[in-house]
Amino acid sequence: MADLSINIAGICSPNPFWLASAPPTDKEYNVRRALEAGWGGVVWKTLGEDPPVVNVSSRYGATRYNGQRMAGLNNIELITDRPLAVNLAEIKAVKKDYPDRAIIVSIMVPCVEESWKRILPLVEETGADGIELNFGCPHGMSERNMGSAVGQVPEYVEMVTRWCKQYTRMPVIVKLTPNITNILNPARAALRGGADAVSLINTIQSVVGVDLDAMAPMPVVGGLGTHGGYCGPAVKPIALRMLGEIARTPDTSVLPISGIGGISNWRDAAEFLVMGATSLQVCTAAMHYGFRIVEDMIDGLSHWMDEKGFETIADVTGRAIPNFVNWNQLNLKFKTLAAIDQDSCIKCGLCHIACEDTSHQAISKSLLNNERHYEVIEEECVGCNLCAHVCPVDDCITMVPQPFDGVQTWTEHPNNPMRKLPAEAG
Amino acid sequence: MDHSQSIAANRLPPDVLARNFSDAHPPLTAAQAVIEADRCYFCYDAPCIEACPTGINIPGFIKKISSGNVSGSARTILESNIFGGSCARVCPTEILCEDKCVRNTQEDRPLQIGALQRHATDWQMQKMKQPFARAPLTGKRVAVIGAGPAGLSCAHRLAVHGYDVTVFDARPKAGGLNEYGVAAYKLADEFAQKEVDFVMSIGGITIEADMKLGRDMTLASLKAEFDAVFLGIGHAGVRALGITGEHLDGVRNAVDFIEELRSSPTKSDVAVGRRVVVIGGGNTAIDAAVQAKRLGAEEVTLVYRRAADNMSATTVEQEWAQTNNVTLRYWSAPVRIDGDGGKISSITFARGLLKDGRPVYELGEYTLAADMLLKAVGQLFLPDPLVDDEILIEDGRIKVDAEGRTTMRGVYAGGDCTAGEDLTVAAVRDGRNAAEAINADLMMVGN
Repeated sequence: MADLSINIAGICSPNPFWLASAPPTDKEYNVRRALEAGWGGVVWKTLGEDPPVVNVSSRYGATRYNGQRMAGLNNIELITDRPLAVNLAEIKAVKKDYPDRAIIVSIMVPCVEESWKRILPLVEETGADGIELNFGCPHGMSERNMGSAVGQVPEYVEMVTRWCKQYTRMPVIVKLTPNITNILNPARAALRGGADAVSLINTIQSVVGVDLDAMAPMPVVGGLGTHGGYCGPAVKPIALRMLGEIARTPDTSVLPISGIGGISNWRDAAEFLVMGATSLQVCTAAMHYGFRIVEDMIDGLSHWMDEKGFETIADVTGRAIPNFVNWNQLNLKFKTLAAIDQDSCIKCGLCHIACEDTSHQAISKSLLNNERHYEVIEEECVGCNLCAHVCPVDDCITMVPQPFDGVQTWTEHPNNPMRKLPAEAG
Repeated sequence: MDHSQSIAANRLPPDVLARNFSDAHPPLTAAQAVIEADRCYFCYDAPCIEACPTGINIPGFIKKISSGNVSGSARTILESNIFGGSCARVCPTEILCEDKCVRNTQEDRPLQIGALQRHATDWQMQKMKQPFARAPLTGKRVAVIGAGPAGLSCAHRLAVHGYDVTVFDARPKAGGLNEYGVAAYKLADEFAQKEVDFVMSIGGITIEADMKLGRDMTLASLKAEFDAVFLGIGHAGVRALGITGEHLDGVRNAVDFIEELRSSPTKSDVAVGRRVVVIGGGNTAIDAAVQAKRLGAEEVTLVYRRAADNMSATTVEQEWAQTNNVTLRYWSAPVRIDGDGGKISSITFARGLLKDGRPVYELGEYTLAADMLLKAVGQLFLPDPLVDDEILIEDGRIKVDAEGRTTMRGVYAGGDCTAGEDLTVAAVRDGRNAAEAINADLMMVGN
């Protein structure tokens, strides 16, 4: 049985699954339900200075795709709208009752040293295990020069991180915004400021959809809409890439990572772990189905680790990083060819039309014994995988690696005007 | 209620009758339709399209339901098949489009194409507006004989192309078999008449009821008056069993029984036996048997000469009969009908089997007591009104080319009076294609 417990920057939890700072962790009632359901920890929804913010009514917009609800979720809710003292008292009560769980407190106060100096001891007094600096909220708070307005300026990230390290003994996790060009810049700033870990990604600035009757972005608040922060399954690919970037870059690779972004099941969790995460934060999936989803996350991850022979989360973290390279390191001599299993083919023709219209005309369509028949034209197939992706039948189209002779990357390729021949390179 | 009579009307209370003859398969809700539509893979060169006699772009109309474009969905259906509404209800989809759905191969559960088609066409018909407009008038006139699916489909397409069309029908109401020949619960709530009105709303179509070819007019007179004539005259005849006792009281043609049922608003005036036997293997047999049961018959037995597989009624239809408490007996050939005081009392059958690839009936006989026998052993095209004309009849049907031209210039035909599957959807295709041929031929003449 795999050991799922983790220690990230000195914060321990019995499993890597935390609820992210968001509506599910806004108050004691929800958090207790989450911890009872088995979550390893929570990042308490962001605390700010009194008087608390005011939230609007109608706060979420969502992407539906072919009947799938909440493929992506967009929110325009701000940080906690409850008084600081109420939150602090609840955090203290919860931590006392759940000493084995990770209770991290998300904080966002103005970019002024005094503000941070004032709030940190109050949070520390609750017995919380650590703090997460909310440098990511991309809507509302950023208009007030907080959240992503800080996260987008590496100098501010470094400065505030340094203040926090100075005024508290608690581990400091810096939450990074993806609304930047290069994730390494704020990650390095956090590192310079003394961050114990980073968490990413926060939500992506987005307009999730437009109400065509109201002629306003969704969600519509009294006839108007504003941009929000996008999260959920749709953002997972963006998150994985940013995580991997930090994990594979030598100077930032020392930063422990708490992975966030569309994690919905154990398989997503495993992908985030192998791309460098140690702890995992979940929000949208819980908001969709409730806290009970953690049961299969724990169970599925545990079974998968047993199957693969991984004993601890540390064995898993970063496993895929050595294989995450720049494009110019890929072997141009490697080739796969699509192969259609005729026995499982249901004759939908989707592989043919996708290849014919939008790719390489490498799947022929004919009648064989009066039945539709689709066949790969190997001479034309470039192994792009499109057919395998559009095929509705699992494992009907597989990509078969072909024998190849040696390795040639773009760096050495004759078509590359900048190529370095091995001799010159030396 | 009078239970003493062997054949009587009013065997069930009015509310039970109303329920028994209401929509057998209620429509999908909007939510169900979208969930189902999302299952469609939007196949390329989709096998379901090929399996539809009218070639409806099925993935196209389903995709539009999924996207919320129900108006476009209905148009996609109706431009191939103006009777998309009734075909959605009466088509044996299990042997047509749904049989070819690729989901059968994957999970043995096809899309509910018929139900989705009904969803879209119902939406359009509730608007009481056609999505089509007529082309500029050609000034030419076409006569259509028979206001069934073939004739009205032809008339509609011609009206779209700018022709004025007069449709003659021997019966008082238009609709043909949709109005008179299909089980009431398949086209409930006066659907057949509503659909006729919908088809007619294109404009330019006039219906002349109670006008019978050969009695009230001749082909020659029509040819003289109109630029072209389309024959959609269906089957006027019914096959006999050819056994003794067929003249006895209580022996009826199933089509007459169904017609009487369809013509009755309440069904409470339609008489039915206590023990009913239906002989036949097609949809008419099933419709007669199930409706007899739903009228209140105590026992209904459907008897067929050969095996279940040989029946032209599909497995789904046979199971429908069984779930309606109709007993199905196979491999039984009727031998004679016995009577008592001029009324039918029993029918005797010979048991058969397949021997050297041929059915033989040598396993002895059995007798079923019955007070009503409904014969559904096939309908016939009657060429009588055409005997004086130079129209070739081949294998008992009007001979036509691939576009519906008969051997007589200017005369076209389609539907059950020509060769091919006797399906509503095939009749609609024939009428539509003949209209295109008429248009092409008359345009050529015009030039």
